[in-house]
Amino acid sequence: MENNTEIQSKLRKIKERFFLAAVVLCALIAVVPLFSVIGYVFIKGISAVNLDFFTKLPVPVGDIGGGMGNAIVGTFILSGIACLVGLPVGIFGGIWLAQFGKGKRGFFIRYSADVLSSIPTIVIGIFAYVLLVATLKHFSAVAGGFALGIIMIPTVTRTTEEMVKMVPRNLYEAGLALGIPEWKVTLHIVFRTAWNGIFTGVMLSVARIMGETAPLIFTAFNTPYWSLRVDQPMASMTVTIYNYAISPFAEWHAQAWAGSLTLVFIVLSITLLVRKFSKRVVYT
Amino acid sequence: MWGRIEMKKGDAWFKAVTFGFALSIPFLLLILILILLIQSWSSISHFGFGFIFGNVWDPLADKFSALPFIYGTLVSSLIALAIAVPLGMGCAIYLSEISHSKVKEYIAVMVELLAAIPSVVYGLWGIFVLGPWLTRVIPGMKYGSCLLTGGVILAIMILPTITAISREVFQAVPNSLRESALALGATRWETFRLAVFGPALSGIVGAIILGLGRALGETMAVTMVIGNRPEISASLFEPSYTLASVIANEFAEATSSLNLSALIELALILLVLTIIVNGIARLLVWKTTLKYNPN
Amino acid sequence: MTNEVKIKIKTTDLNAWFCDKQALFNINMDIYEKKVTAIIGPSGCGKSTFIRNLNRMHETVQGARAEGSVLLDGRDIFEKKFDAVTLRREVGMVFQKATPFPTMTVYDNVAAGIKLYGRIGKEKLDEIVEKSLKQSALWNEVKDVLHKPGTSLSGGQQQRLCIARALAVNPKILLLDEPCSALDPISTGKIEELIHELKEDYTIVIVTHNMQQAARVADYTAFFLLGALIEFDVTSKIFTNPSDKRTEDYVTGRFG
Repeated sequence: MENNTEIQSKLRKIKERFFLAAVVLCALIAVVPLFSVIGYVFIKGISAVNLDFFTKLPVPVGDIGGGMGNAIVGTFILSGIACLVGLPVGIFGGIWLAQFGKGKRGFFIRYSADVLSSIPTIVIGIFAYVLLVATLKHFSAVAGGFALGIIMIPTVTRTTEEMVKMVPRNLYEAGLALGIPEWKVTLHIVFRTAWNGIFTGVMLSVARIMGETAPLIFTAFNTPYWSLRVDQPMASMTVTIYNYAISPFAEWHAQAWAGSLTLVFIVLSITLLVRKFSKRVVYT
Repeated sequence: MWGRIEMKKGDAWFKAVTFGFALSIPFLLLILILILLIQSWSSISHFGFGFIFGNVWDPLADKFSALPFIYGTLVSSLIALAIAVPLGMGCAIYLSEISHSKVKEYIAVMVELLAAIPSVVYGLWGIFVLGPWLTRVIPGMKYGSCLLTGGVILAIMILPTITAISREVFQAVPNSLRESALALGATRWETFRLAVFGPALSGIVGAIILGLGRALGETMAVTMVIGNRPEISASLFEPSYTLASVIANEFAEATSSLNLSALIELALILLVLTIIVNGIARLLVWKTTLKYNPN
Repeated sequence: MTNEVKIKIKTTDLNAWFCDKQALFNINMDIYEKKVTAIIGPSGCGKSTFIRNLNRMHETVQGARAEGSVLLDGRDIFEKKFDAVTLRREVGMVFQKATPFPTMTVYDNVAAGIKLYGRIGKEKLDEIVEKSLKQSALWNEVKDVLHKPGTSLSGGQQQRLCIARALAVNPKILLLDEPCSALDPISTGKIEELIHELKEDYTIVIVTHNMQQAARVADYTAFFLLGALIEFDVTSKIFTNPSDKRTEDYVTGRFG
C-alpha cells in the first residue's frame, strides 16, 4: 500500500513535468513561424529595397531595376477610400449602438455586424464586383476601396461602441446639466473622450485592410502604371506581391520579398505603435 | 442660447442620422446575400443539387460543380485544426495558467503579431520556405504545393485566434476554483484538469470553431500553396483546391456567364458555411464568458 | 491551559510580501493540535495571508513570497525539498466563497481530491465520500442528490460540501478562511457546530472578522493588526482581559 502510493506520487510528478514541458514547448513552437516569416522577409527582401523600389514603376521581366512605387501609393489611396466608406458607418453606427442600442434593434444591428465580420473577404470582393465593377464595366480603385471599407465596418463599430460606453456616465450628465443638447454632448464631450480608444481600433483595422489581397483582385485589379484616378484600376502592394510571387521569374520573386518587407514593416509598425499607445490610454 | 424646440430637433436629427448609419450594416448584409443569390441563380437553376455533389469543374465545357472545392476547403481546415488546436491550447494554458514571468508578455505579443502578418506574405513564405521545407522533412511528399502545406499555413494563421480566445476563456474561470484544487493537493496539471478545463470547455469549443471559421474563409495564403487542382485525392500530399482559392483564381477571368454564376454559387456555399460555423462559435464563447462575468 | 497540548504548527519570524508590499512582519506563533485557533483583526491586517502561508497557498499568487520558518510537526515546510502538493494534502483549506467544481456532481466534488492520489475501488470511494459528508453534517441533506451538480445546493450546503471535499483527503489540519462570511445565520450556526465536532480529530485554524464567532468556536485567539501579531492567548483571556491596549480597543469595538 505504502509502496503503491509512492509509485502514484512519482507518476503524478512525471505527469506534472510532462504537462509543464508540453505547454512551454507549445508556446515556443507558436513563435517559431513569426521569427521564420519575419526573418525570411527581411533577409530576402532587404537586398531589393532601395530608393528605386519606392519611387519607380515595375519593369518588364529581364529589365534591371524598377520598383513598386505605384503599388505603395495605391495601397494608401485604397486605404483612404476604405476609411471614407467604413469610418462614417462604423463610428456613427457605434455611437448609436452605445447611446440608443439597448433594445431589440440594437441586438439586431450588433448581430449583423458580427455576421458581417465573419464573412470571408473574398466574398466581400464579389459583392463589390457585382455592385461597382459589373455595373460600371471596368475595374476601379473605388470598388476596391469600397470592399475594404466594408471589411472595416464591424471592427470600427464594435470599438466605437465599447469606447463610448466606457466614458463615465457622469461626464455625459454633467454636459446635459449645463443645458447643452444631447447630440452636442455626445459629439463634443463623449466622443472626444472616447477618441483615443476609437483611434486605436481604427488604426488596427487600417493595418488589417492594408494587408488584404483577396477583395482587391477583381475590384481594384492591378496596373503597372502610375494611376491616381479612383475610377481606374489601381495597383496595391498586396496584389502586386501576389502576382510576382506566383510568377516564374526570380527577379519578380525578389520584388515580391521586398514588397513583403515593406508591407510587413508598415503593418507591424502600426500594430505595435498602436498597442503601446493604447496601453498608455488605459493607464492614464 | 438654445431654444427648447431647436434642442429637441437637434437631438432627433442626431438620433436619426446615427441610426441611419447603424441600419446600413444589416442593410449591407442583406444586399450582399441577395446579390449572391441573384447572381448565382442561373447556376443554381442549371445544376440544382448536383452542383454540390458533382465532381467536374470544366470551364471549357461549361460544366461546374463544387465537391472538389468543398473537399479541399474542409480537409485543409481540418488539418489546420489538428495542428493549431493542441498548439494553441498549450500556448493559452502557458499564458494563462503557468507563467508569471516577463517572458509571458513577449510571447503573448508575438502570438498576436502572427495575426497581423498579411495573408499574401504567408503565401509567399509558404511557396518559398514552408513548402520546400516540408518536402525535405516529410518522406513521400513530392510537391511543396499540396493539401498538407495549405493546412499547415492555415494552422499558423488561425493559431492566434485559438490562443487568444482560449486564453480569454481560461481567464474567465474564477481563480477561487484554481485555489480550491491547489488546496486539495492538486498539481498544476491536476488543477487545470479539475478546476479550469471543465468550466472552460464550451468556450474552448467555441474558440476552436471560430478558428475553423477563419480557416474556411482564408483565401490568399492557401491559394498560393495548395496546388490549385480541382480533384479529390485521398492523399494529403496531392494538390487540391478550395472554394475561396478557385474564386480568387478564376473570377476575373471567367469565360462565360454560367462560369461566373457558378463561382458566385461557390461564394454562397462558403458564406453559408462560415455564417453557420461562426454563429455556433460565438454562442459558445459568449455563454462561457458570460457565465462568470455576468455584466 | 492543560499541559497535554502539543504544538502542531510553529511559525518563527514569518515575513510575507506581495511584490514590494510587506504583508506580514515577524510572526511567531504556535498552533496547538486538535484545538481551534481563531485569527481576528480588521480587514487587511494579514490574517488571510498568515493562514495561506500555512499550506503555502501564498506562494501561488503572482509576486508573492515569504521568509522565516513554519514547522509542521517539527519539519520546516518552507524548505526547498518539502513538496507543496504533499503539504496541502495534510493541511486542508476552505475558502470564503464556496467553490464547488461547477462541472462536477456532489459526489464527484467530494471524490475529486481522493482520486488524485491514485486508483481507488468504487466501494472504498463510496465509503470515504459518505464518511466525509457525514463528518461535514451534510449527508442527510444530500444523500438523495449525490449525482446532481454541486452548484445546485444552497450556499450553506455548498460551503459544507467544500469542507467535506477538504476532509475527504484526510488532512490533519483544516484552515478555514472566513468560511461563514457569505452565509446566513442558520448556515453559520451549522458550520460552527461542525467546527466543534471536527476538533476531536483535526487541528483547526479559522480566520474570521466576526468576534462573536471567534469567541464561540475558538480555544485560542490571535489578534493581528497591520501585518503583525499583537496578541495570542486563550480565547477567554483575549476577550475578557487582553494584555494589549490595541487588542482591547478592537474586541470592545472601539475601532476596526
